Amino acid sequence: MTDNDRFALRASVEEFLFREAALLDDWRLEEWVDLFADDARYVVPSTDLPEGDPTRDLVFINDDIVRLRARAARLNSRYSHRENPRSRTRRFVSNVRVEETDDGQLSVSANVLVYRFRSGEGAPYVGTIDYILRRDGGDLRIAYRRAVLDLEDLSRHGAVSIIF
Amino acid sequence: MDIQDLIIDDRDRGIFRVHRSCMTSFDLFQRERELIFNRCWIYLGHESEVENPGDYRRRTVAGRPLFFIRSKDGRVRVFLNSCPHRGAMVCRRGAGNAKTLQCFYHAWTFSTSGELIGVPGREAYGPRFKRSEHGLKEPPRVESYRGFYFVSFNPKVEDLVTYLAGARDYLDLVVDQAEEGMRVISGSNKYAISANWKLLAENSLDGYHLIPTHRTYVDYMSGLGTDDSGDTLASRPPGAGRALGNGHCVSENISRNGRPIARWHPVFGEEAKPRIARVRRRLVKKYGEERAYRMADTSRNLLIYPNLLIMDFVAISIRYIEPLAPDRMDVTAWHLVPREESGAALATRLDSYLTFLGPGGFATPDDVEVLESCQTGFRASGNAWSDISRGMLKADPGTADELQMRGFWRQWHANMQGLSQANAQDGQPGGGER
Ligand code: FES
Repeated sequence: MTDNDRFALRASVEEFLFREAALLDDWRLEEWVDLFADDARYVVPSTDLPEGDPTRDLVFINDDIVRLRARAARLNSRYSHRENPRSRTRRFVSNVRVEETDDGQLSVSANVLVYRFRSGEGAPYVGTIDYILRRDGGDLRIAYRRAVLDLEDLSRHGAVSIIF
Repeated sequence: MDIQDLIIDDRDRGIFRVHRSCMTSFDLFQRERELIFNRCWIYLGHESEVENPGDYRRRTVAGRPLFFIRSKDGRVRVFLNSCPHRGAMVCRRGAGNAKTLQCFYHAWTFSTSGELIGVPGREAYGPRFKRSEHGLKEPPRVESYRGFYFVSFNPKVEDLVTYLAGARDYLDLVVDQAEEGMRVISGSNKYAISANWKLLAENSLDGYHLIPTHRTYVDYMSGLGTDDSGDTLASRPPGAGRALGNGHCVSENISRNGRPIARWHPVFGEEAKPRIARVRRRLVKKYGEERAYRMADTSRNLLIYPNLLIMDFVAISIRYIEPLAPDRMDVTAWHLVPREESGAALATRLDSYLTFLGPGGFATPDDVEVLESCQTGFRASGNAWSDISRGMLKADPGTADELQMRGFWRQWHANMQGLSQANAQDGQPGGGER
């Protein structure tokens, strides 16, 4: 791969991640779930075990596509009390690294900063998100999304009530 | 306001009110530290968290930095996390393994059983300096019951088993589900809530709030279907709220949402059926129909007074509440699983846990929200009361009634008046404290 190819690949991945961030900040959660492949997983490990394995360890979130859809529907419901009224969020995505895997998928990681404001409080979720992205026609799909928080605990937030 | 007036408990007329200053007053918060947290048994951790010699965990228990470690002789020891020399924290990581413990300030070294074994420049101390007098200090009392370790800062506290009173049988019902004992898996969910700690104790036992607060969870689960085939639950008495003595309380429910141990639910998948049936047969064989039914088909939210919850429903969560201020608490949750479970069985259980429980689950975030909302609401008036009288005049209060919460509050009220025990039950003539 030439340098130019690499830049172009990273630019296309960044564009995808920026689009994802915008969907989340705009609370267009169903469209966000549509970015995922049917066999996808979304994992958020516990803050005291960032390397946690959801088949063995206690994590915060380990969704397959069914529960991910349910999560989006729940967050859109007026009975999702932690997010009703909804918080305001703003996401910053940077330090994007892209590698092509042997089976032609993309292994991506990005630093992510999400500010959440609600009820007079504002605090950031900070961490890194690792993705496996799959090419699907001209587009990309999320096959795996693992969001690892740098926070030592959730004491500033009380919950992971938004999508990190 | 006098302490004795903080709760109105009229058992004849069915009136039970808690003055909201109980959740907001700094003086009462300090009094709780003294009269409750420095006198009761307080949960520290589970033996499985320090499986091998040298394994240690750091904890804050009722405001005190402690750590526990499995010493070379295999015993679990608990120490104050403060160097006997000049006070620095000896254990500075959340968890790990150590052959010896060295304080980083002046490099005194301690064995895993707490003896001082190394003092740099020892000869500079006079002849009266004895290493044996400078070992790591232990809390006045440490005892365990079936793997659960508790500490007490009250040297005169009754033994742990006596203290557990009626909660003991409920702990047995949890631990006996496992064939090879229970273990806490790695990873803990740590979060904080800007509310008084007693609100979470209450909320964890409160069956009344389930439908309105957790509607999205209830809808999600019922959307996945239920399994009533061959169901014998219809003939069973509905759930109950109970006060178990010494402030311990339980909300015990029939569990239609499935129990990873031995009650199948569509969410577990067809392939889980034979395994679940096998476990059920084992439980029946070992404990008989009735007790196996309680383990498999009923769930329990158990409060071990004052600040520990064992939530045994969609999975088993150990929930520890650490009060920080009148309007602030830390919460840590661990997941307790049967040691013999691995692979698919463990995956099913882990999955079941995460649907409801934890700060990323479909229910816990809404509890966090509701408790903070109450705490903010308390500011509205300096003189308001919370009502906890539901089901007070009933003969058999259910889980949506509030006997289990009144049991907690009655003990709290007795303790705050310097009494060790309350009459926790409703409707007993004479009422009041023994
Ligand atoms: S304070 Fe620990 S060695 Fe001095």
